[in-house]
Amino acid sequence: MAMFEIRIHSRGGQGGVTAAKLIAQAAFRDGKFATAFPFYGAERRGAPVVSFVRISDEPIKVYSQVREPDMVIVLDASVMDSVDVLAGLKPGGPVVINVAEPPAIEGHPVHAVDLTGIALAQKLVVAGSPILNTPVLGALAKLGLVSMESAVAAIAETFSDPRNVAVAKAAYGEVQA
Amino acid sequence: MNPLPAEEYVQKCTTACAGCTSSLSLRYVLKAAGPDTVLVVPACCTAVLQGVYPATAMNVNVYNIAFAAAASTASGMAAAFRRAGRKTKVICYAGDGGTVDIGIQALSGALERGTDFLYICYDNEAYGNTGMQRSGSTPVGAVTTTTPGGKTETKKDLDRIIAAHDLPYMATACAAYPQDLYAKVAKALSIPGPKFIHLLSPCPPGWRYSAERSVEMGKLAVKTGLWVLYEREHGQLRINPVSKAAMKRPALLDDYLGAQGRFRGISAEARAALAASMERNHRRLLAEEAGQC
Amino acid sequence: MLTIATGNKAVAAAAREARPGVIAAYPITPQTEIVEQLASYVTERSLDADYIPVESEHSAMAACIGASAAGARTFTATSSHGLLYMHEMLHWAAGARTPVVMANVNRALGPGWNTWAEHTDAFSQRDTGWLQVFVGTVQEAYDATLMAFRIAEDERVLLPVMVNLDGFTLSHITQSLETVEIGDFIPPFCLPHAIDIDRPRGYGTMTGPEHYYKFRWDMERSMRASREVIRETEDEFARRFGRQYGPVEEYRCEDADVVVVALGTLGKEAEVAVDRLRDEGTKAGSMRLRWLRPFPTLDLGGRDVVVIDRDYSFGFGGVVAQSIRATTRAEPSSVIAGLGGQEVTYDDIARFVRQREAGTESWFGVEA
Repeated sequence: MAMFEIRIHSRGGQGGVTAAKLIAQAAFRDGKFATAFPFYGAERRGAPVVSFVRISDEPIKVYSQVREPDMVIVLDASVMDSVDVLAGLKPGGPVVINVAEPPAIEGHPVHAVDLTGIALAQKLVVAGSPILNTPVLGALAKLGLVSMESAVAAIAETFSDPRNVAVAKAAYGEVQA
Repeated sequence: MNPLPAEEYVQKCTTACAGCTSSLSLRYVLKAAGPDTVLVVPACCTAVLQGVYPATAMNVNVYNIAFAAAASTASGMAAAFRRAGRKTKVICYAGDGGTVDIGIQALSGALERGTDFLYICYDNEAYGNTGMQRSGSTPVGAVTTTTPGGKTETKKDLDRIIAAHDLPYMATACAAYPQDLYAKVAKALSIPGPKFIHLLSPCPPGWRYSAERSVEMGKLAVKTGLWVLYEREHGQLRINPVSKAAMKRPALLDDYLGAQGRFRGISAEARAALAASMERNHRRLLAEEAGQC
Repeated sequence: MLTIATGNKAVAAAAREARPGVIAAYPITPQTEIVEQLASYVTERSLDADYIPVESEHSAMAACIGASAAGARTFTATSSHGLLYMHEMLHWAAGARTPVVMANVNRALGPGWNTWAEHTDAFSQRDTGWLQVFVGTVQEAYDATLMAFRIAEDERVLLPVMVNLDGFTLSHITQSLETVEIGDFIPPFCLPHAIDIDRPRGYGTMTGPEHYYKFRWDMERSMRASREVIRETEDEFARRFGRQYGPVEEYRCEDADVVVVALGTLGKEAEVAVDRLRDEGTKAGSMRLRWLRPFPTLDLGGRDVVVIDRDYSFGFGGVVAQSIRATTRAEPSSVIAGLGGQEVTYDDIARFVRQREAGTESWFGVEA
């Protein structure tokens, strides 16, 4: 597998950085090399933030930012008002968006999944924010990025609340592939 | 009067000035502490008067350290000793500059953290080691090399700053009352946690009087009421009888000021400020002792 | 045990494995996770240590010196301004021969406030008598921290050791990590000149001109002896735990015509640039410098050398480039890049190589 690069868009406080770590953790369990890191800007609750994941069969020696992601994940669709989430996305690269109704994006397959709805249905909310980083892992497993077994293991290893696994399974079922 | 232990830990070969009351006091401090002690000494006169490598006048472990760092070094040292099950006493012996000015941050931190140590600030009311520049502890009106016209600010109230840390024991002492100093050090060392003693140390070159008058100068400081001897044990204030007496019938302040070159030509304003802050200090101490505040 | 971790968490995990008795801790971005993780370890009792939450970095180093002198293994961590605030005490720790181990998360200096990776903080302390190593991966951050204790405490060394990792770029990146069970790899702490009540001594007393230099020479002798201790330690680490480290990490240098020298994560990114250059037909190699002090003897063998300095010494030049000029026959093409976290990619590094000119200095982003 050539290196696969992902950029995740969210807002500060929504767990976008942890989402990247969870993906790396799951990929690692799948036997891949993986790195995850946030874009290091001044982060404030509510401000748009970006984090990155790299997955490869070879050791990853790149530390500079992902400039041409193979996949973009948007955990908070409202950032699209101020951020060009598609910048650098490779032609045909998929976009995974936390939204009930998928927007049409020319040249890119869009995979919509209502992560917020799934989290709220399980009342998985912390400090007023629905948890988005565990359900998104389930969606990504359905899309073949990581195995569901590794996704569940990564989640269980990081969070003790079993609803985190439940929402991942729900997202696995609901994501529009 | 109980005889003090005969063992000396400060040998007669220090390079102290004639009439130095700090090195005099150190003898009594160490008699109270005994050999299972480490003296932590930042830059100050004591750092210098130990002598020059390869010789030392001290017959006890002395850990010299940088100017601002005495109390924090003590924090680390005490932690290591306690972990090893050792009761070795950690005593900081620091001048006023290294306590009230550059060292106050580290001292405050060490007190707040409950460090198990005794911090003794010997106060000659200036940066003695470097030639008598003013410190935060210099009294108003005093001439130093950096306040040639007399210091215009009042002496920093170190003791109330220390008291605000709610430590188990603190006291004031004076080099002219060695038995009292000895007793306070011994008591402090019997209490676990952070302890503090503020020790007035008359200084012939700094205060500009001739060396043989050091003890007299210390006694005058107390008898005029300018320096009050007391203890605060678990917040409970007890003023020494000699200071109680001084508050009722003080010796003449001008006898004290007039005996020292650093107060020569002190302005009426500064003298009034000195007297006023002394009065205020007495009122507050008496009220505190009576439980009225 | 195989897991994943950030650079900061790896350092904390290694520090715990080394079992220090006293930890002094003061937070500063981007090191904070180290002191927080250590606090958790101590609170949950997976680490039996006295955790002293000091009120400043100057006090952190003073506390470490005091604890070490009293016979305890000590550890602390800092970054940038915190490192600079303890500058005086860094000199003191080395001069007092206290084998303190400290992690420094390399970060640029203000003003303006900049929390991103740069090496000037550590480089500006290069004369303090501390050993300094720079790591390039999360695994190496863990391994180097473990080895640091053994190196520092070796009786031939007895000098403090600083483990440097790039701020955010390495401190905050998640990579795989294999933790080890240290066994007896680090012998019990035994400081020959620890405070001994039965043999009272004056430590750091007034020392006049006729004697002072002898103590400085003693430090330098130990610094020279440390090269051998480092080598032995790294070899023993490889024997026990399977990962071999050296003064540099070479990549495709054997038949290289041009070598890129860099430290930290740029040194790893350079390997990707090397692969790109090789694909184009340029016989490039990279040499990631690990040890800054003691500075190693580099074998550059008449090849072109491109040196990337993520630091600067004003009025003098990039410290690594100048160090190489001073210690080898090389005339490096000096590139100043990555200051304040400036983004430097493998494409940029490849371009530095293509545009190299021996004996020149260029600043990435600044027009010549």
